[in-house]
Amino acid sequence: MSMVEFKQVVKSFGSLTVLDKVDLSIEPGEVVVIIGPSGSGKSTLLRCINALETIQDGDILVDGRSVRGGKEEIHQIRLEAGMVFQQFNLFPQMTALENVMFGPINARGMKKAEARALAVQILGKVGLEAKANHSPAQLSGGQQQRVAIARALAIRPALMLFDEPTSALDPELRHEVLKVMRDLAAENMTMVVVTHEIEFARQVGSRLIFMEGGKIVHDGNPVELLSNPPSSRLKDFLQHVH
Amino acid sequence: MDFQWSVIWEALPNLLQGARLTILIAAVGLAGGLTLGALAGMVRTYGPKSLDWLARSYILLIRGTPLVVQVMFIYFALPIIAGVRIDGLTAAILSIIINSGAYVAEIVRGALLSIPKGLQEAGLAMGLPFRKVLRLIIGPLAFRRMIPALGNQCITSLKDTSLFIVIGVGELTRQGQEIMAENYRAVEIWTAVAVIYLLILTAMAYGLKYIEKRMPIL
Repeated sequence: MSMVEFKQVVKSFGSLTVLDKVDLSIEPGEVVVIIGPSGSGKSTLLRCINALETIQDGDILVDGRSVRGGKEEIHQIRLEAGMVFQQFNLFPQMTALENVMFGPINARGMKKAEARALAVQILGKVGLEAKANHSPAQLSGGQQQRVAIARALAIRPALMLFDEPTSALDPELRHEVLKVMRDLAAENMTMVVVTHEIEFARQVGSRLIFMEGGKIVHDGNPVELLSNPPSSRLKDFLQHVH
Repeated sequence: MDFQWSVIWEALPNLLQGARLTILIAAVGLAGGLTLGALAGMVRTYGPKSLDWLARSYILLIRGTPLVVQVMFIYFALPIIAGVRIDGLTAAILSIIINSGAYVAEIVRGALLSIPKGLQEAGLAMGLPFRKVLRLIIGPLAFRRMIPALGNQCITSLKDTSLFIVIGVGELTRQGQEIMAENYRAVEIWTAVAVIYLLILTAMAYGLKYIEKRMPIL
């Protein structure tokens, strides 16, 4: 069974159609990188997977559960899909450790001591065990985003969604976030990544999707698509992001 | 003129009794007002249209009329309409509840709306129901942002209790008025009344400062 399956998905904001009958399936272990100009629908596509956006037509199945299946189905989907945001969105009143413990305790119902042990271990994985007791405001952007990745991983998702995870970061801080993502991919985590990091797509992506106007225009091997763009539109786009 | 300290000394027991009543009305009234305001504010921010309409009407009605008119209505008109007898103290407390509630509702709404949407999404994306997101993430953050404005409202409401002189509730101002009507010592009595208010409100301001320090805005 596919991890994620889009079936003729239509998403619109008022009269503006953002996703236009999109079909897509993502298999376990794939690292799908989505690129495209702003307004192409790539972030919206990502946000539809865990029902942060509601779709108007078609259906999306995540591990067989429908985003239109009601509260309980959406709850299960969200437990299965961790999400990382462009603006990190760490809870400012909590320390890094408390941010990571938050999901296991409140979404998974884990005991506090158990959640603490898990959070310490996951913070170690993103290289931030030394910053466990710092508040988000005391961390650099790159560190905040790594805590945010740890927080998403702590609910033990089967799938990770990244919404432009490095776009709000200074160039020299991007690599530390990309490294964590690379490690995750090496562990066979299923990932959907909306990004402008073409090098990441080339090196880590198992699949590259180019979107424009709410449609998937290209879907294929990143190395092939990037070294030999099949359309002038993709060629133009790649010239502009470099 | 000669300022007679003995006048204040004699009036003090009655004035302090009035101060106690002032604090009681303000404390119970504000506890109710904060609860009512929190509810109305959440309805205004997240509620369905039908409930939002109700909350809007309540806020419009209360903010659109003076407190004195409200307490007069509760004390004199409500018994006629509803056939229930309401004593002065109850009318005073009820007035503070409904009056402060309307202002608190807007403070709550403003603070809730000021919390970045991304934090709500981060909570929802983890699989938390909206209720929990509100209680554990948005609520506590919004509360910190409300503290200065809520402090203002508490101070205003405490001073508003002096208006209940009109329905004869023996709060601080009324006590002062009654003593003065007997001894005509306006300077001593009103000085004493002012100083007692000042002491209560200074204590309140320090309390607020302490809370704000413990829970800084993030």
